[in-house]
Amino acid sequence: MLRNLLGRQNRTLWFWVFVGPFAIGLGLFTYVPLAWSLYLSFFDAHNTVTPHDFVGFGNYTALLRDGDFTGSLGTFVVFSAFIVPATFVLSLALALAINRLRFAQAFFRSVFFLPTACSYVVAALIWKLSIFNGVRFGLANTVLGWFGGDDVAWLSSTSPPWYWLVIVTVRLWLQAGFYMVLFLAGLQRIPAPLYEAAAVDGARPGWQTFRHITFPALRATSVAVVLLLVINAFQSFDEFYNLLSSSRGYPPYARPPLVYLYYTALGQGQNLGYGSAGAMLLALLIAVVTVVQARWFGLGKKED
Amino acid sequence: MPISRRRLLAAGGGFAAAGALAAGCGNNTGRGGSGSGGGPMLSHWYHEYGEMGAEQAVQRYADAYRKAKVTIQWRPGNYDQQTAAALLTDSGPDVFEVNGPTIDQIQGRQILDLTEQIAPVRHDFHHAVLATKVHYGRVWAIPQVIDTQLLYYRKSMLRRAGVEPPRTVDELADAARKLTSDKVKGLFLGNDGGAGTLGGLPLYAAGLSVVTEDGKVGFDDPAAARVLGVLRRMYAQKSLLLGAPTDWSDPSAFTQGLTAMQWSGLWVLPRVREILGDDFGVLPFPRYGEHGAPAVPVGAYGAAVSARTKHPRAAKDYVKWLWVDRTSYQEDFALNYGFHIPARLSLAERAKKLRHGAAAEAVRLATEHGHAEPLLWTTAAKNAYQDALSRIIRSGADPERELRSVVRRTEEELHRVTARDKRRTHTRNTENPADGKQKKPTNKQKKG
Repeated sequence: MLRNLLGRQNRTLWFWVFVGPFAIGLGLFTYVPLAWSLYLSFFDAHNTVTPHDFVGFGNYTALLRDGDFTGSLGTFVVFSAFIVPATFVLSLALALAINRLRFAQAFFRSVFFLPTACSYVVAALIWKLSIFNGVRFGLANTVLGWFGGDDVAWLSSTSPPWYWLVIVTVRLWLQAGFYMVLFLAGLQRIPAPLYEAAAVDGARPGWQTFRHITFPALRATSVAVVLLLVINAFQSFDEFYNLLSSSRGYPPYARPPLVYLYYTALGQGQNLGYGSAGAMLLALLIAVVTVVQARWFGLGKKED
Repeated sequence: MPISRRRLLAAGGGFAAAGALAAGCGNNTGRGGSGSGGGPMLSHWYHEYGEMGAEQAVQRYADAYRKAKVTIQWRPGNYDQQTAAALLTDSGPDVFEVNGPTIDQIQGRQILDLTEQIAPVRHDFHHAVLATKVHYGRVWAIPQVIDTQLLYYRKSMLRRAGVEPPRTVDELADAARKLTSDKVKGLFLGNDGGAGTLGGLPLYAAGLSVVTEDGKVGFDDPAAARVLGVLRRMYAQKSLLLGAPTDWSDPSAFTQGLTAMQWSGLWVLPRVREILGDDFGVLPFPRYGEHGAPAVPVGAYGAAVSARTKHPRAAKDYVKWLWVDRTSYQEDFALNYGFHIPARLSLAERAKKLRHGAAAEAVRLATEHGHAEPLLWTTAAKNAYQDALSRIIRSGADPERELRSVVRRTEEELHRVTARDKRRTHTRNTENPADGKQKKPTNKQKKG
């Protein structure tokens, strides 16, 4: 009996010794909160996680009618429309450039990868306080001043919406190096005979080779990069919060879903039912987007 | 089943991380250790005051208390979020200072009734400030010190520009325009153009309110849109300082000459005086229209007792001892580290530091023109209003249309909280849950 339970060579026992703690952690810190959140989303749960006032789908319908919540989804769409192509192009360009280097390759690779090690909070504060502050001695305004431009309040004015420049550049700086390394790995896996064959067939080096050899050969890497970029954009919180929030809350623009829900559910608002409903909708949305994207790009299929 | 080394490491790492997390949660709740000093253990939370010596002071007060062993937690960061989360669990504080309380904390029975504790001196507290801690006649937190905000102006800059200190909102807009040059802006209302720090104050200056005393929306009035329109005008004519490295709560923009006038807290007054000497004055937010009156905001952190405390009686006694009986500590805390007004009228009158110059003026303004945010002005309504104000000021949205939707949202919120009150009263009459629950463990604790 006990023997059976332990399995041959105690394999079952060892399986649980190794997997058990991880499974418990996953259950305790991921699935229990998820299920609890689902439960809360059906209640009027102000300042409590053990609510009594059942409201059915009330929180969900209120959310969908809430212009601020739908607006925050719009913010996310705008943000990804900027950041995903920008990071993709920049990190691919960096990877191509570095891959061609004959010397000091490791040096440049490290230089461009280094920002990845910087924290989002620190970078956001530097962007906000020294580069893009609104007074005359900020770096961006100093440069503008050389060309006779007026001071711009980068993060405070909404027309034109300069704050997007600040938000997008900080993330671009932080993450481009990381994706560059992914692309470099992809580039180094492309077999050299492929290029030789192309050269024999008369392909000109440069754009033609890139268009017909390099880019198609990078397909698997590109798909993974786009997927990661979209998910990361969805989870963006740190730089938005640190760039735009003040002690009195968050402005009504450039407010992605997580920031909006943070202020609804976790601030003094403590509307945990409403916040949970929002989290559920977001989880659903990100699942749908990921599945559609994976289908579309054929992620996980065996490469030919 | 083959287990690769990588998997093994991943599982081990997960385990270690979970262990670290658990250790992180268990630490520092202020409940550890054995109560060697006799009496129950109480943990008391404060938000981080940026003032030298304040932490040592509250530690000294706690050490002086004999009937319980009080541990102080000085909590930097988002204090409101931290306490809100901690109040949902058993590892939260027994006693804590609260930026409120909010109506939902009271209705959710997260804090205990302190009416009895404050009763002997209730009339001695600043009326408007105490009113925000009272719901249906019961007091839920004891005000600690009063903070207020004022308009600081540089006398020399105004003189040079030939501008009188503004007495109406329109004069303020004109003054800000005249004081603006290519190096100096006229007015600093915060990096968001004033939406955050001014809040409902312009409404009070126009003779309105956010929520009336009988619990109705207080700004369903054309004057509301008009006064907020003036704020937009100041923004549009580029008289406002925006994007300064420090926000309105810090005097640097003002003392460094980035702006001629700044809206800021009473707490910056000592530093402003130190740097600028007599070259500054203070004003209230000026009045607007015929029915208007000057206005300053007043608010106070309150000392509250968590409903989840295991020692309700001891916690209440301690709060009473510190914030009702020990007037010397209250005075010390208000005036010797930062610069606040004692919440007790008798102490505010007595304080020497508040008798002269700008400080005396600030006390007068807080007493005569102080408005506190009513308890029924819920966070959701406040956020909706603040968003609307930000859109009006910064994006030039139509004030009337924006306010209409805020009025609707506020009505919904008022309806929600009053409906909850009615439900609660009903349950209270039938089963009377709150009182019995609170009294049970008290006798035991008194002796222990």
